[in-house]
Amino acid sequence: MSAAVLAPAGVPRAVPSGQVILEVRNLVKHFPVRGRGLFAGSAGVIRAVDGVSFSILEGETLGLVGESGCGKTTTGRCILQLEHPTAGEVIFEGEELTRLAPAELRRVRRKMQVIFQDPYSSLNPRMTVGQIIAEPLAVHGIVADRGARQARVHDLLSRVGIPPSLADRYPHEMSGGQRQRVGIARAIALEPSLIICDEPVSALDVSIQAQIINLLEELQAEFHLTYLFVAHDLSVVRHISDRVAVMYLGKIVEIADRQTLYQDPLHPYTKALLAAVPIPDPAVEASRERVVLKGEVPSALNPPSGCVFHPRCPIAIEECKGVVPDLREVRSGHRAACIRV
Amino acid sequence: MGMLLEVRGLRTHFFTGAGVIRAVDDVSYDVGVGETVALVGESGCGKTVSALSIMRLIAAPAGRIVGGEILFKGQDLLALEEEGIRRIRGREIAMVFQEPMTSLNPVLSIGRQLTEPLEIHLGLPPAEALARATELLALVGIPDPARRLDQYPHQFSGGMRQRIMIAMALSCNPSLILADEPTTALDVTIQAQILELMKDLSRRLRVAMLIITHNLGVVARYADRVNVMYAGKIIERGTAGEIYATPRHPYTLGLLRSVPRLDEPRKSKLSPIDGQPPDLVRLPPGCAFAPRCRYAVPRCAEEVPPLRPVSHGHESACWVAEDVGSEVRV
Repeated sequence: MSAAVLAPAGVPRAVPSGQVILEVRNLVKHFPVRGRGLFAGSAGVIRAVDGVSFSILEGETLGLVGESGCGKTTTGRCILQLEHPTAGEVIFEGEELTRLAPAELRRVRRKMQVIFQDPYSSLNPRMTVGQIIAEPLAVHGIVADRGARQARVHDLLSRVGIPPSLADRYPHEMSGGQRQRVGIARAIALEPSLIICDEPVSALDVSIQAQIINLLEELQAEFHLTYLFVAHDLSVVRHISDRVAVMYLGKIVEIADRQTLYQDPLHPYTKALLAAVPIPDPAVEASRERVVLKGEVPSALNPPSGCVFHPRCPIAIEECKGVVPDLREVRSGHRAACIRV
Repeated sequence: MGMLLEVRGLRTHFFTGAGVIRAVDDVSYDVGVGETVALVGESGCGKTVSALSIMRLIAAPAGRIVGGEILFKGQDLLALEEEGIRRIRGREIAMVFQEPMTSLNPVLSIGRQLTEPLEIHLGLPPAEALARATELLALVGIPDPARRLDQYPHQFSGGMRQRIMIAMALSCNPSLILADEPTTALDVTIQAQILELMKDLSRRLRVAMLIITHNLGVVARYADRVNVMYAGKIIERGTAGEIYATPRHPYTLGLLRSVPRLDEPRKSKLSPIDGQPPDLVRLPPGCAFAPRCRYAVPRCAEEVPPLRPVSHGHESACWVAEDVGSEVRV
């Protein structure tokens, strides 16, 4: 294993304490597709998530990367029980969530929050920023007293970098970056232990993205938060994650700690993804090897046989068409689903 | 050198209830024959409006080109009658948009959409237009082109749709393609395919490209020259090499420093640009970037800095451009 240390951990990061906070076992989510007319009901299923397993340690950030349609968002939604999984288990703080009754689920959801990609469509346009943040506090009966609630809202706003004087504003009166800060304040209001961040910066301007990433890191250290960071931007994911899982067509194809995954990727898909990321420096670009992956992501309605990546894979052999590769431990802590590594 | 496109002092304003938005405010740049030039900036900086102004596609009555010249092959596009601009739009200057689904007509077959401009602009008879359409699809790498001509946009993936948009843009042999965020809606592996395709075609067919994007990485790989925009103005320009190696505007420097890079060691903390993007209706009197700028001096709040040369072929609109350079890591 590569022993080179990339960068010193300068920021006080929350140190993963070794306790598993979330475990996902063989998660499957299929969406039935209904045909029209004569063939109604027989069009098949979209295999959005097809047997995904991983665990996250307390205080850790697990990055979940992949291209659109790979199932990363659906995985997040299944963990939150916003989608009911077709099969598999989601064990959060020792409790299996897929079989919980709605009232019990509400209790668990306090500890498990979400930050969405588009802070505009995920904030109620008819509520002021203050009301948006106060709502979960009232619903869960955390702070029953109105005055105390307002004080708590002001604390939360200033913690995420918004002057409390803006509490009476509406989302449309704020910039994209400010709205995402409101979304973050709402997520931390209930003092959760796990936050699922679903593309939290990809809708923001470049100059604002770094502000939000820094804020997420500060909050993680301060409140000992655990993040599942779902994103397609590999550079951002490397920056924020302790470990990274790469998804393709509903499956995890590789998972390892950050440094290993980026310095020493094993799966040909991970290698191709990393090669495709443009680097903002013409001098570096000129000397870089261009590996352009051929073809496109196949439909999850009718995934290829064997290894789902084989039609685009530069190193595929005949066997890859027939064998579904296991996500096996190639080295300690480094798993890849490829029979050629 | 003879320039293909010369934009001189372009001003495009929008007159809204909230006030006048100076989306493009005294912007000048040019594109040489066969050259790839980039307009880079964040949302609302005026990069798209500047391209739409070239095509004279600014929505009236709110939007109006209130000043400047756009010389294309020496002819001022702003002085042309509607009939005249229509002969240039789509024929001499073509456009590729960000969202290939919304820019293709969902109820017309791909073949129909490809042959239409050929028949209208070039007057080709239907059979010839069809043959040329098949050729174009093959050129942009769509397998089995003859069969796919009968299909509709929804039957193609996002990457394939963008290839079709490029085929349409190329159909009348334009000398300039305006590409507005051509790969932003696409996945990273498909982005690489499309950009390689565009670069290859532009080289082979000697088509100039104006790439409009927010993605600094895209620009680094594909542009010869770069114009960086902020709040309706070009604040820095030069060759791609110069801009990235020695940025001389605090905004450009800030943009480059705020993105994590895969080729560099992971930083413990990112260095964002502070503050919020400006409100275009209420721009400060001096430099629009001054309120967010770490280098700002009193003069910045009073006088708008003009673009001025800082080294050969490199200009910056900053009063303290020289200090910005001294800070840059090698």
